[in-house]
Amino acid sequence: MSLRNVGIVYRKELTEALRDRRTLVSSILIPLFLFPILTFGIGYAFVEIAGEATREPSKIMILGGEDSPDVVKDLRVARNLRVVRRSADYVDLISDKKIRAAVDIPPGFQAGIMRGDHPEVKIYIFKDDLKSMLGASRIEKLFTEYRDAMVRARLASENLPESLMKPFDIDQQNVVSDEKVAGESYGGLITYLVILMCMTGAMYPAMDLTAGEKERGTMETILSSPIGRTHLVFGKFLVVLTASLATATLSVISMGGSFAILSRFARDQSMGEGFPMLTMHPKTVLAVFIMALPVAVLFSAVLMTISLFAKTFKEAQSYLTPMTFVVIVPAIAAVLPGIELTSKLALVPILNVSLLCKELVTGTYHWNYIALIFFCTCLYAGVALFLAVKMFQRESVLFSS
Amino acid sequence: MIEVRNLSKYFRDKKRGEIRAVDDVSFRCLPGQIYGLLGANGAGKTTTLRMLATILQPTGGTAVVSGHDIVEHPEKVRADVGFLSTATALYPRLTARELVQYFGRLNGLDDAILKARVDKIFDRLDMNGFRDRRCDKLSTGMKQKTSIARTLVHDPAVMIFDEPTLGLDIMTARTITSFIRECRDLGKTVIFSTHIMSEVEKLCDVIGIIQNGKLLAEGSLQQLREKYGEQDLEEIFVKVVAPHYVPSEDH
Repeated sequence: MSLRNVGIVYRKELTEALRDRRTLVSSILIPLFLFPILTFGIGYAFVEIAGEATREPSKIMILGGEDSPDVVKDLRVARNLRVVRRSADYVDLISDKKIRAAVDIPPGFQAGIMRGDHPEVKIYIFKDDLKSMLGASRIEKLFTEYRDAMVRARLASENLPESLMKPFDIDQQNVVSDEKVAGESYGGLITYLVILMCMTGAMYPAMDLTAGEKERGTMETILSSPIGRTHLVFGKFLVVLTASLATATLSVISMGGSFAILSRFARDQSMGEGFPMLTMHPKTVLAVFIMALPVAVLFSAVLMTISLFAKTFKEAQSYLTPMTFVVIVPAIAAVLPGIELTSKLALVPILNVSLLCKELVTGTYHWNYIALIFFCTCLYAGVALFLAVKMFQRESVLFSS
Repeated sequence: MIEVRNLSKYFRDKKRGEIRAVDDVSFRCLPGQIYGLLGANGAGKTTTLRMLATILQPTGGTAVVSGHDIVEHPEKVRADVGFLSTATALYPRLTARELVQYFGRLNGLDDAILKARVDKIFDRLDMNGFRDRRCDKLSTGMKQKTSIARTLVHDPAVMIFDEPTLGLDIMTARTITSFIRECRDLGKTVIFSTHIMSEVEKLCDVIGIIQNGKLLAEGSLQQLREKYGEQDLEEIFVKVVAPHYVPSEDH
């Protein structure tokens, strides 16, 4: 193996790739700008919508309650509620989102409570609709306060302590580091992103350097030069790998940056509570990249081998599009909650790395899995690379006509 | 020097079965001579020349090109061969100069020699006006000159031209034919394929007529004229090929 020859091919192919608009857009521009736009777009929309919903009073309807003036008055004066005129078609109004909720106060509600009956208040809602749920919780809060006040008054009238109402407290406390919390929230997403970007970055150069070379008629030119075909494949492969890793790196940097800015923005808006900060140690980032390396090798070699069968760039695209799904499905599977790494899953390509990296991001290092998965992926990558070299030796593939 | 010995190439085709693109061909080309391979489309010219350039591997037989066996040492053969065809395109995103340098480096030239060589070739072919222009922005004539410069950069002893003038206008085609002559005058071994009779008449020292992968006749123009009793090369060609002619499905 002559490194000099591989280097010559690498330098030339890289020069050409950097002069190709399609490669530049897909490998550099998209990862750099997609995430800030996505993060800020979605984040801004979320903050705006959530903000609007919390500022705006919920339109509700009161059904019944003529003989319970106190609660009706509380509902009417509540700042975050706006009571509309009663009508019989409240179900349609809720379905059409004209009102957010309706509260059904049974006849003789206040009197019933005094007698010691156990009346029930019904709140009609549009399940899982954000604004309807918000309206309902506002109504419920009001009734809960009304109930608590009543209990307090009764306790006081009997000269009993208030603590009788609540004999003990419950408090949930987080004992896990911020790093792990952030990893649990974003770990799957980051891993998914790295894997997907390894693929996206490799795609255009892989097609351009194989099918593109055939389409432009330069395959015969290069094959007539003294360079050995193995050197040629390695030179090309390294360029595809470079693009793959560059895209993955750029997207993680750009996503990390966007998240950092977004979480600062959210904190400034005093919405920082419950918004886990994306903090990752350089060590973790490095670990994820080391695991991503054989994955990038695998993608680069597989994509190159497949596109070599195509005669044109377009044909290669139609072969590689289904490949995208083959990669996305296991990567998504790892993001789903509940799937954990087992020794069987550790053998499934892509899914294994995806699951492992998710754990790495939370700061958990299972060294036996790390070794097994790294070895496995290297093995798959080696096989793919071997196939790419073999395909470059086949005349029927190089000169398919 | 090229010595072709019982060279054969078979392809498998799903519909037509085994195709003998080149079938037991032997001939010899000497330094300082131009050998013209004359044949219809699909006769086996391109396959023969691709095997000599070691782009394809023979099914049977072999050839010795510039002292190296094409099967045993294809890399050494390629280092001493300049190969030019209408299918050998240029890298569109490299400049003319970068392209020639790339092929020089692939041929193992170190930077100092490469620079001197490239400067010399660019001067001689009058290419300095567009040396730093990208290949996709070059005219057909400029592209041809760049291709010529590519084949010359490693100063090969053997030149292989596969239908080099196909689809070119007259002026550009003349650049190529005068270049072929120049190669002969420099003492290189030149083999070239064509189906244009006038090119063969003007250029070739030895003519080989190929059809269905078989070399059917060989000799200088004078020898062929005497053997077949015709003055016109086209008449000679028809006389040689007609008994074997099957319309080709190739191309």
